[in-house]
Amino acid sequence: MTAAIDVEAALTRMVEQLRPALKSKPLMIGIHTGGAWVAEQLHQQLDLQEPLGTLDISFYRDDFTRVGMNPQVRTSHLPVNVEDRHLILVDDVLHTGRTIRAALNEIFDYGRPASVMLACLIERGGRELPIEPQVVGERVKLGKNQHVKLLGPEKLELRIQEANG
Amino acid sequence: MNQGLQFDDTGRLRHLLTTEGLSRQTIVEILDTAESFISMGEREIKKIPLLRGKTVVNLFFESSTRTRTTFEIAAKRLSADVINLNVSASSTSKGETLLDTIRNLEAMHTDLFVVRHAESGAAHMIARHVPAHVRIINAGDGRHAHPTQGLLDMFTIRRHKGAFEKLKVAIVGDILHSRVARSQIHALKALGVAELRVVAPKTLMPTAVEKLGVRPYTRMEEGLEGVDVVMMLRLQRERMQGAYIPSEHEYFNLYGLTPAKLSLAAKDAIVMHPGPMNRGLEIDSAVADGPQSVILPQVTYGIAVRMAVMALIMGGASTSRESGMRDSASKARAPTERKKRK
Repeated sequence: MTAAIDVEAALTRMVEQLRPALKSKPLMIGIHTGGAWVAEQLHQQLDLQEPLGTLDISFYRDDFTRVGMNPQVRTSHLPVNVEDRHLILVDDVLHTGRTIRAALNEIFDYGRPASVMLACLIERGGRELPIEPQVVGERVKLGKNQHVKLLGPEKLELRIQEANG
Repeated sequence: MNQGLQFDDTGRLRHLLTTEGLSRQTIVEILDTAESFISMGEREIKKIPLLRGKTVVNLFFESSTRTRTTFEIAAKRLSADVINLNVSASSTSKGETLLDTIRNLEAMHTDLFVVRHAESGAAHMIARHVPAHVRIINAGDGRHAHPTQGLLDMFTIRRHKGAFEKLKVAIVGDILHSRVARSQIHALKALGVAELRVVAPKTLMPTAVEKLGVRPYTRMEEGLEGVDVVMMLRLQRERMQGAYIPSEHEYFNLYGLTPAKLSLAAKDAIVMHPGPMNRGLEIDSAVADGPQSVILPQVTYGIAVRMAVMALIMGGASTSRESGMRDSASKARAPTERKKRK
């Protein structure tokens, strides 16, 4: 079984929620891969002037000793110093919270930001860590056997699928 | 040597003992991973937590400051705890055998041994005797293999020259005794280099070297004609006493890389050397320090490549210890199962 979510509408909601935060001149960072796609859209729609940063959290995963290296690590790229900056960290789907925890660990190896705001296109249940987003495009309740996947990058499309589907 | 020893049941790299038998895919995976470590040098904190809590022992039965140091830096950048043991100066002089030394270090819960030994096959022997969760990297064994040197050379070539399929490469020097040359040859063949030449005097050329898929040249001028990459080898001065070469002066005249000889190679050819160099013996300073030399970048790349090898072979290493089963984690793991968590 698959179902689609309106990505455009979710992005619009995120843009509106993010506007007040622009006063602090934030730096936007997207998490590879889906989060970077979402961040590109938000970065464009919010007309942010500083370049977009991207993070690959592969080197910070807490399950490295169980699953090994991600064979397709992309290089993290933070174009400006994060020290004392307000950051908007963007991901596509927030599920267990472990990816965000890894991303925060990585960011702090680049410097100490003033604050980090978490923005997610989709917020679903199943959190394993006390991590919650301040900006959400769409909240969905999914069963354990369901997952949501973002397809892109040309046209962003969200699919909810049964795990065995 | 048992090449299968370095892979687990799923074909994943468990130890790195030799470049012989490594597939193109495996080598490219190592080089790609190393590429992602290169950018770490730009960061404020040059450290990532992949091997946090792991213990890496640099077990050197033969001294080598540079190789040991690059392994040490690589392991520390991965957040491992690193212990350096110069065994020739301690245990073996007290009569302890190699395996006794290893067993004692295992009892200290070592996760990874980086081994250098003067005997060919020493790293393989150790790999056969350690428990499943312990990993071995061969940092040079006798005349046999020096795989991380071979891989960092591949990384250097790819960075500076791009696709291997178009390249003519010459390896020059003591091919007969060189573990570096063997590791380079196996890796270059796996990566599909267009033409691979070895250049050496007859006394330093292995018999039937053509079986390795290389073209032998005893005249350096012919061997360098039109090549894109010149890989020089270090000449061990102790070979001088073995009647392999008549004199240092004559060796330099015939096989030393000078600007004149280098001019026979392609105009944009790069010059490599595993170090440390014998200036005026195998290489002229004008070449070593010249614009075509990539010898210093090789050292920098060596850290990233060693980080990549450690990260790739250590991924999944702890679960098997926890379960007490021989590499059960890797059986359960397949590349397709590695996906991003949310």
